[in-house]
This record gives sequence, C-alpha cells and structure tokens, in this order.
Amino acid sequence: MQEVMKKRAIELLTSGEVARVIGWTAGEFAYDATPAIFETAEEIEKDFVYDDFTAANVSKYLLRVKTLEGKTLVFLKPCDTYSLNQLTAEKRIDREKVYVIGVGCEGKADVEKIKARGISGIVGIEADGDNYTVKTVYGDETVAKADVMADRCITCKSKKLASYDEIIGEDGEEIANCGRFDLVEKLEQMTSEERFEFWQGELSRCIRCNACRNVCPACTCEQCVFDNPKSGIAQKAAADSFEEKMFHIIRAYHVAGRCTDCGECSRVCPEHIPLHLLNRKFIKDMDELYGEYQAGDNEDVKHPLISFTFDDAEPSIVRERGAE
Amino acid sequence: MQVNEKFVPTIVAFCCNWCSYAGADLSGTNRLQYPANVKIIRVPCSCRVNPMFILRAFQRGADGIIICGCHPGDCHYTTGNYYARRRMTMLFSMLDFLGIERKRTRLEWVSAAEGAKFAATMNSFVEEITSLGPNRRLEDLRCKK
Amino acid sequence: MQRIGVFVCHCGTNIAATVDVKAVAEALGREPSVVLSAEYQYMCSESGQNLIKDAIREHGLTGIVVCSCSPRMHEATFRKTATAAGLNPYMVEIANIREQCSWIHKNIEEATEKAIILGRAAIAKVLLNAPLTAGESPVVKRALVIGGGIAGIQTALDIAEAGYEVDIVEKNPTIGGKMTQIDKTFPTLDCAACILTPKMVDCAQHEKIKIYSYSEVEAVSGFVGNFSVKIKRKARYVDETKCTGCGLCTEKCPVKKVPNEFNMGMDNRRAVYIPFAQAVPKIATIDADHCNMLKNGKCGVCAKVCSVGAIDYKQKDTIIEEKYGAIVVATGFNPIKVDKYDEYAYSQSKDVITSLEFERLTNAAGPTSGTLLRPSDGKHPHTIVFIQCVGSRCTPEKGKTYCSKICCMYTAKHAMLTREKYPDTDVYVFYIDVRTPGKNFDEFYRRAVEDYGVHYIKGAVGKVVPRADGTLDVQGSDLIMNEQIHIKADLVVLAAAIEPDKSARPLATMLTASMDTNDFFTEAHAKLRPVESPTAGIFLSGTCQGPKDIPETVSQASACAVKVVGLLAKDKLTCNPCVAHSDELMCNGCGQCANVCPYGAISYSDKEFRMPDRTTKMRRVAYVNPAVCQGCGACTVTCPSGAMDLYGFSNEQIMAEVDAICK
Repeated sequence: MQEVMKKRAIELLTSGEVARVIGWTAGEFAYDATPAIFETAEEIEKDFVYDDFTAANVSKYLLRVKTLEGKTLVFLKPCDTYSLNQLTAEKRIDREKVYVIGVGCEGKADVEKIKARGISGIVGIEADGDNYTVKTVYGDETVAKADVMADRCITCKSKKLASYDEIIGEDGEEIANCGRFDLVEKLEQMTSEERFEFWQGELSRCIRCNACRNVCPACTCEQCVFDNPKSGIAQKAAADSFEEKMFHIIRAYHVAGRCTDCGECSRVCPEHIPLHLLNRKFIKDMDELYGEYQAGDNEDVKHPLISFTFDDAEPSIVRERGAE
Repeated sequence: MQVNEKFVPTIVAFCCNWCSYAGADLSGTNRLQYPANVKIIRVPCSCRVNPMFILRAFQRGADGIIICGCHPGDCHYTTGNYYARRRMTMLFSMLDFLGIERKRTRLEWVSAAEGAKFAATMNSFVEEITSLGPNRRLEDLRCKK
Repeated sequence: MQRIGVFVCHCGTNIAATVDVKAVAEALGREPSVVLSAEYQYMCSESGQNLIKDAIREHGLTGIVVCSCSPRMHEATFRKTATAAGLNPYMVEIANIREQCSWIHKNIEEATEKAIILGRAAIAKVLLNAPLTAGESPVVKRALVIGGGIAGIQTALDIAEAGYEVDIVEKNPTIGGKMTQIDKTFPTLDCAACILTPKMVDCAQHEKIKIYSYSEVEAVSGFVGNFSVKIKRKARYVDETKCTGCGLCTEKCPVKKVPNEFNMGMDNRRAVYIPFAQAVPKIATIDADHCNMLKNGKCGVCAKVCSVGAIDYKQKDTIIEEKYGAIVVATGFNPIKVDKYDEYAYSQSKDVITSLEFERLTNAAGPTSGTLLRPSDGKHPHTIVFIQCVGSRCTPEKGKTYCSKICCMYTAKHAMLTREKYPDTDVYVFYIDVRTPGKNFDEFYRRAVEDYGVHYIKGAVGKVVPRADGTLDVQGSDLIMNEQIHIKADLVVLAAAIEPDKSARPLATMLTASMDTNDFFTEAHAKLRPVESPTAGIFLSGTCQGPKDIPETVSQASACAVKVVGLLAKDKLTCNPCVAHSDELMCNGCGQCANVCPYGAISYSDKEFRMPDRTTKMRRVAYVNPAVCQGCGACTVTCPSGAMDLYGFSNEQIMAEVDAICK
C-alpha cells in the first residue's frame, strides 16, 4: 500500500498536477507517525510512511496550505473524507484546490493495546489477514487484529469514502449497526450520581493541553472562544473541576452537528479521556430527536442545530427518559 | 451553610423581551407572588441564550436555571424559539449526561398574557430546586468563599 | 474611569411600600464606579427627570441606572432624558424593581435585598454598555409590486394615490390576474369585469404607475429602503410603443389552434393574441412557441397587416434595473391540478370540470358566450353535481392540508346562479363543512339552499364514473341520512384547492423572505403584522400570504399599501442600533450564522487581512447589515468562535448580569 501511494504521489507531484502532498512521516518510534506536508519527490521517497499505525486524520492540514498556489494532494481514510466534506461545506477549504486520494481502510492498530500485551521494542507492523505481525527488536510477534484494533475502528461507522478523486485500495460500505453508541447508552442507563462520578473521574484528569482542540477538524476557529478575553469564558489550564467540564461541554456543543465522529479527540488525549463520548452523545440525541444526520455526508452546511421543525421535541423530554 | 438554616436556592430566569418578560411584568401587575430568589435577566429572544450563560450561572452558584420564551409559532423574530428549543434540548441532555441533576434546567413558553402561568411556573421551579438542594456538581468552588 | 449614577424610584408607594428605597440607594451607592445614588418619589415625572438631567451634567455621569418600573414601561422615557442631558441614550439601564420585585413580594427584607441585587446587575451591565448611534439609511421613494392581479392593482393604486411612484411587474401580457376570469363575485353578484376593469384602466392611466407586463423579476439585491431589482422584459415581438391594440393581427394570424389559457383551454386563440378585450396594456403578444415566423421563418402575416409596423420578430428579452424602497409581493394563486384525483374522472370525461372552468362556461366572454353548455356535446346539463374540498383539507400525501377558504362561497354562487338562469336544472353540492364566515356570506349560502333549492349533501364523493350514455354516475355518501347515493349527472364541477403561484418560491429566495411549508409567504407576525414579511421592506398582498377571497384580498392590499407608504414617507430610516455585528478578526466564515438569520441580514465576503508577520491573507468573513438586522441574537449563539455578538445584549454584558445575580 505504502509503495503504491508513494508512486502515485510522486507521479502527481512531478507531473505538476499537484504542488504538494499531505500524508504521514515517521515519528520517533514506528508507531507515532505524524502528519506531514511533502513538496518534493525526494522527500516522499525518503520519509512518506503509511501502515497500520498511521491513524491521524490529516484533513485539517489542508487549512495550512489553503492560501498556497496550486493543488494539494491529500491521502484520506474513509472517516477523514467526512471531515473533508464538512470543511468544504463550511468554506474552510476550497475543494477545487484539493486532490483527494481515498485510501481504503480496514481499521488501525492501537499501540497501547499492543504494549498492554507485553510487547515492547516495536519497530513496525504488518497486516496479515486477521492478524498483525508486530516487528520488534526482539523478533516478530503475531497478534489478532480484533485484540489490538483501536476502539474507534472497532465501532467504525463507515468504510465508505464520502469524497475522493481517485481510490487506492478498496472502497467500503457504511456500517449500519456499528455499535458506536453502546457506551453512550451504557452511561445513559446509569444513575445521575454514577454518571457524575464517571465524568468527574475522567475529566478531572484533563491537563488542558488542548490536543483535542488542535487535532479536531471541526475546531477550526481563527481564535477559539476560550482564548478570547472578550468572550467572558477565556481560560487556560483548568483551576477547578468546573472549568474542565465547562471547556469540554462547550467544545462538544460548538462542534455538535459539525462533528463527523472521527474520534481524533480521544486518540490524541494524553490522559485517555473518552472525549468522543461527549460528541457521540450529541450525535445520538440529534439522530433520535431530529432524524439521522451524518456531518460530512455531503457538502451541505445545514445541520440539526441550525434547522428546526415546527413540532420538535420540547427540552422537557430530557426529564422524561431514562434513569434520573 | 448551616444545617438548620432553610436552603434558599438562587434561580436565574432568562426571559425574552417580547413575551416572557412581559408575562413576568403582568404577573407583577396582577400581584401574583413568587419567591424573591428568582432573578430575571432580559434577553431579546430565547435564541439569544448562549449555553455559556447557563454554565456561567451554575459556576457562580446558581442552583437552577430557567429559560422562558414566546410559544412556538409566536416568536417576535419568527423562528428564534425554534432554535432555542433545539439548542436547549441538546444542552440539557448533555448536562444530564454529565450527571448534572436534570431538574436544574428548564425551558418554558410563557406569553405576554400569561402572568399567572409565569408565577405558577416560578413557584413550581423554586419548589423543585429547593427540594433538590444546593448545586454541588457544577459550581466553581473558588467562587463561593 | 466610568461614573455611574443610580436613581431609585419610589413610584409613590408602589415600590416604596415593600422595598426600602433608601437602603437600596445606599447599598448601590457603595458599588464601585457609582458616584451618585439618589432616590425620588416619581422618577418619570418632570421633576424626577430633571433630577436625573442635572445629575448627569453636574457629576459628568457616563452611565445611569434607574431602579423603577419595567423597562417596557419607561426605558424610552429615560433614554430621552439622558439624551436631553447629553448622555448617549444607550448608556441607560433599568432595574425592574416594581413589576418584578415590589409588586410580587410581601416581605420588605427580601424585596429590598432583591432590589439591591437587580440594581447591581444593572450596574454591572451598564459598565459594559457602549454608546450606540442609531444608523440611518436613505429611502428610495418608489415601490415595486410583483404581480398585477387585484391585490397588486389595489396596492399599486393606493400607493400611487398617496403620491409615490410604483411599478407593477406582471408575468402575463396583461394585468388583472385571476379576477379577470371570474364571471360574478359573491356575495353581491357584481360582475367581476365591471368592478375590475376600471381599476386596470386606472392603473394604466395613473401618472405614478408604470406597468411592466410580460415581465419577471430576475434578481433582487439591497435591503429595506434601497433595493435594486433586475426585471426581465420578455420579448413579445411587438413594439409596445407602436401597437394600438387594434387586433387585426390576431384575426389574420393563420395559426388558429393554440389553446386559449384565458378560457382554461376550452377554446383556441391565435399565435399572436391579446388575452381578452379589456386587457391592460392592450397590446398584442406573439407566442413564440407557436408562431410560424419565429419557429421556421415562414409566415409574416401579422407584420404585413399591421398598419403601424409594430411587429418586430427580432425583439430580444431585455433586462432593466431599477431601484426601489419597498417591494410588495402579490404573486397570487392557482387552482391545483386535479388530474391526479382519478376518482373524480377529470381526465376521463370532458364533463368533469373545475370551478374556474365553470366560471368561463358561464361568462359572456367565455367559449360558450355565457350559455352553460356541456363541453362534451354542447348540450344543456340538467343535473349538475358540485364537489367541495377537492385537494383541500387533505392529508399531505393526497393534497393540501389547509382549507382553501373561497370554495364554499363560490360554489354557493355557482349553484345559485345556475338555478336562477336554468330553473329546470337540478343542482347538488357535496360538502364536508360549509364555511361561510364573512359579511353577508351565510345569508348568501342560505339563500342558495332555501330560496333557490340547491341540494346540499353532507358527505364525500367516492367515485365519478362516466357512463356510455354520456352521463356521469356520481357515487357518494350522505352522512346525515347515512346512506350511499348515486346521482346521474350531466356535469360535475370540482372545487379545486388553491395553491401559491409556482413563481413564489424562487422569488422568496431572491427576497430572502420566509415561506411556510405550503409555499405561502409568512407574515412578520400572524396577528399584529399580517401584511409585512419578516424581512424588512418586503410586504405581502393577497393570496401569496394565504387563501383569501376578493374582499379580504382588497383590504389586505390596501393595508399593505399603507405600510409601504409609511415606509416611503420617511426620508431616512433609523435603524435599531442593538444589532448583531461580527468581529472580522475572529470570524471563520463558516456560514452557520446566515442559516439561522430570519432576515437575510448576513452576507459573506473575502477580505484581506494583514498578518502579524506582515503577510496578507484572504479570509471569508461575515458581515451583518445593520439596516436589516432586527437584533434577535440567533446568530450569536450559532457562532462557535464568539465573533458574532449583539450590541446592547453582548455576551460580556449578560454574563456580568449573571455574575451579579449569582454573587
């Protein structure tokens, strides 16, 4: 896969069709590949990587190259293409200036899960049917994909590319019963007290590193409301449990209807806070109350929170359902 | 708080200028009583109420928050309350999801003619919040010294 | 450093009886930035206002808080007071300590404490107030009326009579609209042409009215007081300035088989035509779809016979652009297509007709010169069945959910007139309800039943079956007698539902005017502002807003004209300064705010910004037109970055109030 992608990227770059390529480059370790912008064939030849660890959604990097001359080639996994559509809908990027190669995806490995199995010294990974061959300095280890796949990939909502100019690999299908709301439902079944304890435990670990905000393709504000002293809610590191909640509630609210559920927020959280559950709660509520809606399905900006019907549910519905 | 002292909750009511604020005025004109711990903030429309205001009020120690707007279909700005309805449904649900007692938030439609409804709504809300006790889960401990 | 003055009103004993006003004044006097705190018996009285004015001047106050009755009562009063003393009127805040404090509490201690808190909140807010100036925008003193039916005509005439210029854009070759096709009008039975055509002539002759017939609105930009409208003048291939309306061309044209829309296609017209004798303007129009000369260059008869040389086959569509201060929508209605109701056999039998077709069959200028004859064989019908609510009051899948309002009355009219002219004819009306609210309406309907012997049957028709002998078997149920009935009819007339004209939807988009799910224009307020659209400067006349009969249409049209005149009479519009505004440095141009704006006040443009590193960057940012924004604040909450804020009710101000209350 990596070699096919490299070859195509170099072709498009040397033919002049695109001026740059957004993909991934190796990090310090084999499992922390990071997004990168390549401008020459040499750079691609040398540094471009793609394997079962390259999980980052690079769609947001298009904002960085937005004003530059020429087209940009970007490699997007199915879930990333939804972000692309959403960014296009919000006129944050010019789709005409982007060349999208959709990359078929079967899910990515979660290095933490691999490490948890006592595997260390990881230097590479290869997919092999239902298994991964993890290469380590101590030799190869075989693990079942199902055991070490990232949670967000286990509950993947769609392997279908929502937008692309060409495809490498296989385009997939939307997955109807992906079970992505199972955890949300489980929390909903809890008592109010239990939910409070759960979130208090999770959110109190927040160190306000802003990784979730920086990685989120929906968090594209020129200046975040939390950095704006005039907003009245500007804050830096949370000094009180309230501020942790405030930040995460407002962040989830601001991306509600725009969040494509790519799961990057939870992936990058150094404290492993399941932030995506907040977004999924909004998605689940909107689906249930206002009809199924998938942000980034197309290039239409109109989402449930900027629409209405005359007979929408009243907010009292919150009081009427589930456990108190 | 003293154990024996009766708990008096702080209630913030956001009222739209055209219907609910006028409804509140009418309950005054008709001398319909409701507790003094309800304080009203006037906003042009229920759609002006930002979730940030609600969180801020909880942060500063409000025990209950109620938003009042024109009845659906009667909004002075035609559609404002329809947006408010969706936004508040979503926000209330999220607060509930985070374990904030769901009774602490409420949205009611009160017209300019419904002075009695305004007073009754406030009375029932204050009663509900009083029985719920002080807001502990979403207050900023630095604010109440 | 701000200098705030606080003025606590006793309101006689209204406030002072339950609120310790002295204590309130004292407590608020200790608040930071407050340099003066006074109390007085009646702040709104002349001496009270003078007290405020003197204090503003003497203490150089930068803002004032009046603790008194509801701002809905006296905010305007105290703003004027401030202005008179040289203080910006928007540096005034009111703490409502009467309606929302003294009048609802009995305990003095509690009420006083609350009054102090409300006062503090008002102080916190006023400290963040900014002086605002109401903007002004000029008014172009000309109105545009879109649609030249009776609604548009009446509105245009009333505006013109008030002394303002008004243009009518009509998509058909003549003005007059649906009313021209109607024979008589209920409940007085005046002949429609007799009361309408003089008004059409008045329009044509009025020096303030310009009629753009055979024209359509192509694009609209601008805002209240200053709209710019592109009007497409469709090529009619006849020079309007030359044509005298003699009609010779319409007699000589060899293309004779064009269905005549004026008579609902029940007879034919030529390819060059004047819709009817009283058309205004009375100018011929060539129908390009049927004219041989325009289709294949072979004919030219009309040009030959025209003595003034008005025929111009080379004419092209032209676009003109005009400025208007106000726009009136009067796009009217059409009966729905009834072919989809198979049960009524409309497409199977010529003798199943719609009510509008019936009008033409009874009209002296119609295809039968006013003698009621069956379309199939030209014989007199002896039994006529009228079916009500065809497509009205239906499920959304089947038709329209609303009541079309006019059908009950015109059917009573048709039934009565038929019985009067042809007493040997039996007339049956199937109805769900007979709805006759309106002056002299129910009397009219009762006359049809009691004096003219029309058989009203409560019930629905299940099926109309054409028989071999040329009659129609009408199968229905009589709900009162609880029986199934068959009527052997010669003619069946369907009261088709009415719907907004198809041109209304794209027009609404151009005007950013809102519509309901049925494509009727929505009014600014259903009860209190029924002739205005929520979009400033757009007014609604006639059935484009909802089903109406002629009397109602005309009264709404005149009401609409008054609103337009009220706007045009102003030289400048003062805008409410409490409007939304976008901070361009923070705006992302994501486009969400414009989606929730009910007024179409928000637009986006690419702007160049200087970056800290001296480069420039193009960014898409939102702009709020202050002349159009009404200040609801829907956009401010939609904006994730907080770039959008509202003057007078800013995020900071409201949060300051929250803080003061929760302290």
